[in-house]
Amino acid sequence: MNTLMQIRSRRCFLQAGVAGSVLLAFSGWFNQPLAAAPRGLSDGEREMLAAIAAVLLDGALPQEAEARRQLVARTVDGIASAVAGLSLATQKEIGELFGLLVHAPGRMLLAGVGRPWREASAADVAGFLAAWRGSRFGLLRSAYAALHDLTFGAWYAQPDSWKALGYSGPPEVF
Amino acid sequence: MEDPIKAGLASGWKHIDASTLAAGQTLEADVVIVGTGAGGGVTADILSAAGLRVVLVEEGPLRSSSDFHMREAEAYPELYQESAARKTADKAINILQGRSVGGSTTVNWTSSFRTPPATLAFWQQRFGLQQLGVEALDPWFAVMEHKLSIHAWDTPPNANNNVLLRGAEKLGIDFGHIRRNVKGCRNLGYCGMGCPTNAKQSMLLTTIPAALRRGATLYSRLRAERLRFSGKRATALDCVALGADGIHPSGLRVHLRARHFVVAGGAIGSPALLLRSGVPDPYRLLGKRTFLHPVVISSALMPERIAGYAGAPQSIYSDHFLQQGPLDGPLGFKLETPPLHPVLFATTLQGFGAEHARLMREFPQVNALLALLRDGFHPDSQGGQVRLGKDGLPVLDYPLNDVIWEGARRALLAMAEIQFAAGARWVTPVHETAPGYSSWAEAQRGLAELPLAPLLCRVVSAHVMGGCGMADTPARGVVDHRGRHFWLGNLSVHDGSLFPTSLGANPQLSIYALAARNASLLAAELAGQAPPPIL
Repeated sequence: MNTLMQIRSRRCFLQAGVAGSVLLAFSGWFNQPLAAAPRGLSDGEREMLAAIAAVLLDGALPQEAEARRQLVARTVDGIASAVAGLSLATQKEIGELFGLLVHAPGRMLLAGVGRPWREASAADVAGFLAAWRGSRFGLLRSAYAALHDLTFGAWYAQPDSWKALGYSGPPEVF
Repeated sequence: MEDPIKAGLASGWKHIDASTLAAGQTLEADVVIVGTGAGGGVTADILSAAGLRVVLVEEGPLRSSSDFHMREAEAYPELYQESAARKTADKAINILQGRSVGGSTTVNWTSSFRTPPATLAFWQQRFGLQQLGVEALDPWFAVMEHKLSIHAWDTPPNANNNVLLRGAEKLGIDFGHIRRNVKGCRNLGYCGMGCPTNAKQSMLLTTIPAALRRGATLYSRLRAERLRFSGKRATALDCVALGADGIHPSGLRVHLRARHFVVAGGAIGSPALLLRSGVPDPYRLLGKRTFLHPVVISSALMPERIAGYAGAPQSIYSDHFLQQGPLDGPLGFKLETPPLHPVLFATTLQGFGAEHARLMREFPQVNALLALLRDGFHPDSQGGQVRLGKDGLPVLDYPLNDVIWEGARRALLAMAEIQFAAGARWVTPVHETAPGYSSWAEAQRGLAELPLAPLLCRVVSAHVMGGCGMADTPARGVVDHRGRHFWLGNLSVHDGSLFPTSLGANPQLSIYALAARNASLLAAELAGQAPPPIL
C-alpha cells in the first residue's frame, strides 16, 4: 500500500470512528424490528462473521481453501450457539451490532469496508478490526472485543483446534 | 464415578426443575432462600437442621459430577452467568460468576482465606460493625473450615503456581500456600468446569444435599422476580420459571410464601431483586458500593513446560503488595494465578491473526499471573453500582478511574518483575497495545508509559461483593451485622453483597462464616430458642 493510500485509509477510519460510534449508540433505534426477538443468524450475518473470523483466525486456520471454508463455517455456527447462550439483553446488543455491520451503510460508515463482506479483502477486514481495536471510542473497542471473544471462543472450543496448541484435552477420569 | 446428587434425587429429594412445570405453583414454607451459592447453601443447611421448612430458589440448572466433562464449551454456558462472559455496562470488565445449583462454589478454584483482620478492623471503624471482630468470627471460620475440609494442601504446586513461588522467593517477596476446600483431590486442574470427581467440597456436595435430606425443596431454573411486602414485613416471593434453555421465561409463575426470606443471589442478583421489589431504601444505598477486586493479568513465556491447565489452579499467593501502605492509601493487590484453558486463554489474550496464533502455539509454555486490586478502601475507590436494565435485570456500572489504573500499573510491574525473576523469556500484560518485553529493564520502561484505559487493558473479576452493605445504622448500610434488613423485619441478606468493602482475599470462606453465624442467629429466633453464644 502506498503512503497516499495509507493516509487516505487512516482518515477514512477516523471518520468511520466518529460516525460509527454515533451509529452504534443509536443502533437500538435503527434495528428495532430486527433486534426485537432473538434469532438465528441471517445469511448476510453469516457472510460478515465468516469474513471477520477468517481474518481473526489467520495463522490458526489451514491454508487449503476448502478446509479453511469449512472450519470458518463451523466457527460461525459456534458463534451462533454462543450468542444463543447469552442473556436476552446481551443477545439484543449483539444482534444490534451484527445488524449494523451487515447492512451496507453500517459496513461502509462504521467499519470502513467498501465491498460486500463476501468480496472484502483480508486487508480491508484486518484494517477495520485494527481500527476498532485501537479506537478512541470505548463503544467501538467494546464491539471489537465482542467479535474477538466470540470468534476465538468458538474456535478454541473445538477439540480439533487443540493440537496446534500442544494440548491433548482433558484427562480421562474413572 | 458415583454421582451423589443423582443418587439423592433417585432417593426422593424434592427437586423441581421449573422448566418442566406444566402449571404455575404456590408453595408455603418457613423460610424461602434465594440463591444456592456460598450464602444460600450454608443458610439452607443450618435452617433445615433447626427443623424449619426451607425452599431454595436457583436461577441456573441443577448439574452434578456426571455432567462435568471438563469441556469449556459445555461448562461455560451451563454453569456460569452469561456463559462466563458477564460484563459491566461498558463491557470493560469481564465477570466470572456461577449460575447453577451451588452458585459460584460449583465452579470456583477452591481458594479459601479467612477475612483479613485489617479488613474487619476497617469495617469496625468505618461501618460500626463492632460485633464482627477477629475473635468473634474465629469459631465461625473454624466450624466452616471443618465442615468443608478446608485445609493446607500439601501437594506440590503446579508449574504455573510455581512461577509465582519461584519469582517471589528470588525477590524476597512474602508468599504463602493456599488452603483449599477439597477432599481426595486428584489435582486435575478443571475446578472451573465443575469438579468431576466430587473432591471439591462445594455447596452442591455438602450443605445443599444436607438440606435436601432433611426435606428441603429445591427449585432450579426459577428466577426470583419480586418480593412482595406489606408494612414492615415481606409476605411472598414471585418467581418466573425459565424454559429448557435457561434463558427465556416459560410464562409460568411460582408464588412462594414464608415467615422469613433470605436473599443470597450474589452481589449482582441480590441488590437487583431488592431494587425490582421496591423495598424501602430511604438513603439510596441499595446496589451502591459494588466491589470486584478488579484483576489485571500478566502473561509470560517460560523456558520450561508450564501446562497451566493441569493441576490445582490456585495453590500459591502473595499478599506482599497488600501490606505496603495504609489500607485506604493507593490500592494494594493480591497475587495469584489463573488456570489456563484454551477458550479462557484465547479469548482473554489480546490481538488477532498471526500474532494471536503464534502465542497460542506457545500455550504449553505460558504462565499467567493475576493481580486482584483491593477496592473499596481508598476514598476514591467507591466501587460500582447495580441498577436495573429495561428488562428489569441487573446492569453493573463500574467506573475504572485513576486510582484503579494507578494500582493496575504497579501490579503489572510487580508481576512482570516476578515472572522475569522466575526465568521468563518474554512477558506481556494482557493489553491491546503492549508489544511484550524481553527483559525486566525493557518491561519497566514499557509499562511506565503504557496507556491504561478501559478495553485497552484487559480487566476481569471473579469476586463480586457489596451492594447490600452491612453497617450499624440505616444511614450507612442496607442491613445490620446479622444481615437483617433495616426496614423489613423478616428479610435477611446472606451473601457477598453484605460486604461494605472488598475483602482483599477470595471471598468464599468469608461468605461461609458470615452465613453460618447469621443463619444460626436466625434459626434460633425462628425456632423460638436462645441464640447461640456469639456476641
